[in-house]
Amino acid sequence: MKKHEEIGKPRRRIEGALKVSGQAKYAAEYQVPDLLYGYIVNATITKGRITHIDETAARTVGGVVDIFHHDHRSDLPKFDMLYKEMDAPPGSAFRPLYDAEVKSNGQPIALVVAETFEAARYAASLLEISYAEEAFDVDLKENLHQAKKPSKGLATLIKPLPPGPRGDFESAYASADARFEGEFLHGSQHHNPLELFATTTVYEGEGKLTIYDKTQGTTNSQVYVSNLFGLRFKDVRVIAPFVGGGFGSGLRPQYQLVLCVMAALELKRNVRVVMDRKQMFTFGHRPETVQRTRFGATADGELTAINHVALAETSRFEDYNEVVVNHANMLYPAGNVTLEYKLVPLDRFTPLDMRAPGGSTGMLAIETTMDQLADQLGIDPLEFRLRNYAERDVSSDKPFSSKELRECYRQGAEQFGWSERKPTSEQGRRGNRLVGHGMSSGMWDVIALPGTATAEFTADGKLIVRSAVTDNGQGTYTVMSQIAAHELGLPLEAVTFEYGDSKLPLSPIQGGSYTTGVIGSAVKASCRALKNELFKLAQIMDGYPLGNALPEDAVFTDGAIVLKEAPHTKIRLTDIIAFNKGKAVTASKSNIPNVFKLKQYTRASHSASFVEVEVDEQLGIINVTRAVTVVAAGRIMNPQTARSQILGGMVWGISMALREETLLDPRLGKYINTSLGEYHLPVHADIHDLEVIFVEEHDTIINELGAKGIGEIGMISMAPAIVNAVYNATGKLVKVFPIKVGDLL
Amino acid sequence: MNNFDYLRAGTIKEAVRGIATQPANQFIAGGTNLIDLWKYDLTHPARLIDLNGLDELKTITELPDGGLRLGALVSNNATAYHPIVEERYPLLSRTILAGATAQIRNSATNGGNLLQRTRCYYFYDVASPCNKRVPGSGCPAIEGQNRLHAILGESAQCIATHPSDMAVALAALEAVVQVTGPEGQRSIPIADFHRLPGNTPERDNTLAADELITSIDLPATGYAAHHSYLKLRDRNSYAFALVSVATGLELEDGKITRARIAVGGVAHKPWRKPAAEDALIDKEPSPEAFGAAADILLAGATGYGHNDFKIELARRAIIRNGAMALDPSCQRPGAQPSL
Ligand SMILES: Cc1cc2nc3c(=O)[nH]c(=O)nc-3n(C[C@H](O)[C@H](O)[C@H](O)COP(=O)(O)OP(=O)(O)OC[C@H]3O[C@@H](n4cnc5c(N)ncnc54)[C@H](O)[C@@H]3O)c2cc1C
Ligand code: SF4
Repeated sequence: MKKHEEIGKPRRRIEGALKVSGQAKYAAEYQVPDLLYGYIVNATITKGRITHIDETAARTVGGVVDIFHHDHRSDLPKFDMLYKEMDAPPGSAFRPLYDAEVKSNGQPIALVVAETFEAARYAASLLEISYAEEAFDVDLKENLHQAKKPSKGLATLIKPLPPGPRGDFESAYASADARFEGEFLHGSQHHNPLELFATTTVYEGEGKLTIYDKTQGTTNSQVYVSNLFGLRFKDVRVIAPFVGGGFGSGLRPQYQLVLCVMAALELKRNVRVVMDRKQMFTFGHRPETVQRTRFGATADGELTAINHVALAETSRFEDYNEVVVNHANMLYPAGNVTLEYKLVPLDRFTPLDMRAPGGSTGMLAIETTMDQLADQLGIDPLEFRLRNYAERDVSSDKPFSSKELRECYRQGAEQFGWSERKPTSEQGRRGNRLVGHGMSSGMWDVIALPGTATAEFTADGKLIVRSAVTDNGQGTYTVMSQIAAHELGLPLEAVTFEYGDSKLPLSPIQGGSYTTGVIGSAVKASCRALKNELFKLAQIMDGYPLGNALPEDAVFTDGAIVLKEAPHTKIRLTDIIAFNKGKAVTASKSNIPNVFKLKQYTRASHSASFVEVEVDEQLGIINVTRAVTVVAAGRIMNPQTARSQILGGMVWGISMALREETLLDPRLGKYINTSLGEYHLPVHADIHDLEVIFVEEHDTIINELGAKGIGEIGMISMAPAIVNAVYNATGKLVKVFPIKVGDLL
Repeated sequence: MNNFDYLRAGTIKEAVRGIATQPANQFIAGGTNLIDLWKYDLTHPARLIDLNGLDELKTITELPDGGLRLGALVSNNATAYHPIVEERYPLLSRTILAGATAQIRNSATNGGNLLQRTRCYYFYDVASPCNKRVPGSGCPAIEGQNRLHAILGESAQCIATHPSDMAVALAALEAVVQVTGPEGQRSIPIADFHRLPGNTPERDNTLAADELITSIDLPATGYAAHHSYLKLRDRNSYAFALVSVATGLELEDGKITRARIAVGGVAHKPWRKPAAEDALIDKEPSPEAFGAAADILLAGATGYGHNDFKIELARRAIIRNGAMALDPSCQRPGAQPSL
């Protein structure tokens, strides 16, 4: 008899219809009675102190209820510890409305609360704020000499600092036959998910709150708010069933949450606070980063020397870190290596993980450098990478838990037609457009964390699985339901996944591509525990239908327990519940990673992208006309939602290479293109033929499911492949990203 | 965004009277620019005079001299897809369709398009200095982020560009703007409609505060056989021009008998120089001929750092667009480069 295989089936998002028909509710869309509206006021200086806030004019606006600021706020804790949350980097987290100090331009400094949104916004424009300004410095390039080592903390455990030197880089580099030295720069980028940050707080009476929050972690927001306002965890419930994109911006609770909860507690009313698009540029972002590479190789294409240095912006109050330089030596087994990662504190807000944080930054420099060396050596770029293929991670002297990168290269090259690529000097053209081909490898570390889920089988034959985890839109809801259905041998329709609610079993914040591995494994474990419970009950049912059979002798399929040896013996799961006097059976399981086992391996997903660009020879306009990305990420739970994830990542790669940048004015100390009109994300007309391939990869080490996660990997190899293709088309290497109209004239 | 009064004007007279009573009163047409400016706290209308009831301004009609009258309240899309515009003024049609998005063009009107304000980043940030917004406060763009900014006709007070695409085609077509004020009606040639910033960058154009645009009139010549609009920008749609070029040509026996070239994205107004066009007369269309015209057109261009590239890009765009104009069928959606 065949078991129902739900894992690996292409499935649409279960909630897709709700979303596209406007029925899915987001944090700002909950209609609750007697709602007050808060409008946030942001600092217009970069550094200094607020000396006075004149509320006179603002208070005259009809409907204004209260105005909160550092002189009129709830009690907030003094100790840094209480402001820490799951994604807080080492340092002292920003405290909204805490005191008169302004640490970055656009920092929230007041909240105007009124009976209507319009009144709050109008009154906010009438607040007169006086400041004592201080000198500031926001310019990364002018302050590279201030670079310092990042402080260590929880963040550096998950995102490790670079390993120490290996061999003797300087002499290996000096004696290399081919050398490339480059300095790369990309500006800051802001996540800009479509959904604006928003919180609707329902005041349930004495210290009790129900909070609809835009977040990538309901538990994270719950604990944070409880700590800040001295509330009991069980009195604070945070709900976020639908998240309109996060890309990392919701890994830390954002300031609208604090302001909204403060107003609700002080006024004992229901309150909503929504950021506007401009305010979406006032908190975490991908840090502007300068990278320097010096790679050396022998004449026959053996990479011998790697030096990769990254100098990234951070704030003056926290050391945000990411993994930028570690991957070169994990991908290519050179023996002489020095890696360096440093931070430059500036008067800007603390950066924050943004899709493929660090990995996408570092790979842009690594893979561009690799192509330059290949070009010098006259070796095909793919061949050069194959000659330096790492069968083992020499940087930490460990085997890979699995690695199908070679197969990614092979399938990608074949599908793309890589063999047709011509060397840079001989590239083809179509009319006025030069045609270029480029490729790149990608790599993303698999992160293992604990997570919990419960599973319940009810009298009406439904399986309910629960976890506090969110679904940022990538298909978590669907995939978790599939895992549960698969385990219990039920049709997908019989499964309900309850999620996005802090009252449900504990989940870490949703980021780092680890959700499927972490929560998926917990779901699987809890379902397996549930099966055991059901089996045990079945064993003692009237007539002992299972006889002496052991759990391993049975399969769960079609809503029943079936014995492998006696397929006609079918015990319906609903009959088991009936036997249990109609009481649902539940099981709960945590997925605790086996750190000892995991530590023996380097665990990563891999990818390869192959890209064709057309560059208008006279006008310098670049189009990515086609691209193939091949991904090896362990087991793919749902090829349909997985493909969408990778397509999204590829678009992000196009954006990183050619579009996206937050422009900074160092003299004014602020970002200046703070709207979706001027912050250029790709549009449909920028996206042409994109293809996604998953290669088979079996991994028995990483987690129970063998799933590595795919949130970031689709982006990482794309941007460098584009830069390499542009070089192949034009012979020009641009090292300041994004490449803009005008850079190739 | 302040509280305000609202008046829906039923006649042109009522609209003009409404605007004249109070300096802070403002017209609203499609609202696609006005509402943004308002939300960013750059404008505070005391009373909105809604023009959307003025049905007489919502038509496109043929003029006795062979020209075409585009009502001020006709939407940008309705204009672009109007059969006469498509047939006789395809340059205008293509230009309009290279702007904004379908949704915005459905709301945006012809009158409002000419009056949209610059996209200078600093202008939109009420907390930054800006001479256009607050005269005398300074111009941070000159030494700041000026990728979008002017290379021609700018002043020490302001280096902003006018963002309209439509206005660039209208400049090449030599349209005439019809306006009505308290004193009656007058005509403003498009070349005199927008102005250079000089010492009064707060003024974008020569329309008086109490005047209403009623129509935009196109002369009979439409360059239907040889024309092209080329728009170069930071992404393929939904971005303002870094450099754009509208070219209209008439040819006889392979030689140019009449040429119009207007450049967008480079100045406070669409940039045209009759001398550059005259230089093309009796020439065969060629990169050299358009290059020579470009040199005249762009003479004296100055870069401010981030926008230096525009000088060379504009020259190349003029040359390419000359070639594209010879074969309008080669043109691609969004006025992207072709050939
Ligand atoms: C995101 C975005 C992208 C855009 N991209 C482009 C682009 O690529 N290219 C481009 O050309 N444009 C672009 N636009 C601008 C758009 O074309 C203009 O906003 C629009 O044309 C303005 O017309 P409206 O009717 O909405 O004007 P409104 O916003 O209603 O009015 C604008 C101004 O004109 C005044 N006004 C309106 N009608 C009259 C009249 N008849 N007489 C006197 N005064 C009047 C109003 O008082 C106001 O001051 C874009 C706009 C947005 C929001
Ligand atoms: S260029 Fe003009 S609009 Fe821009 S900041 Fe300067 S004065 Fe203001």
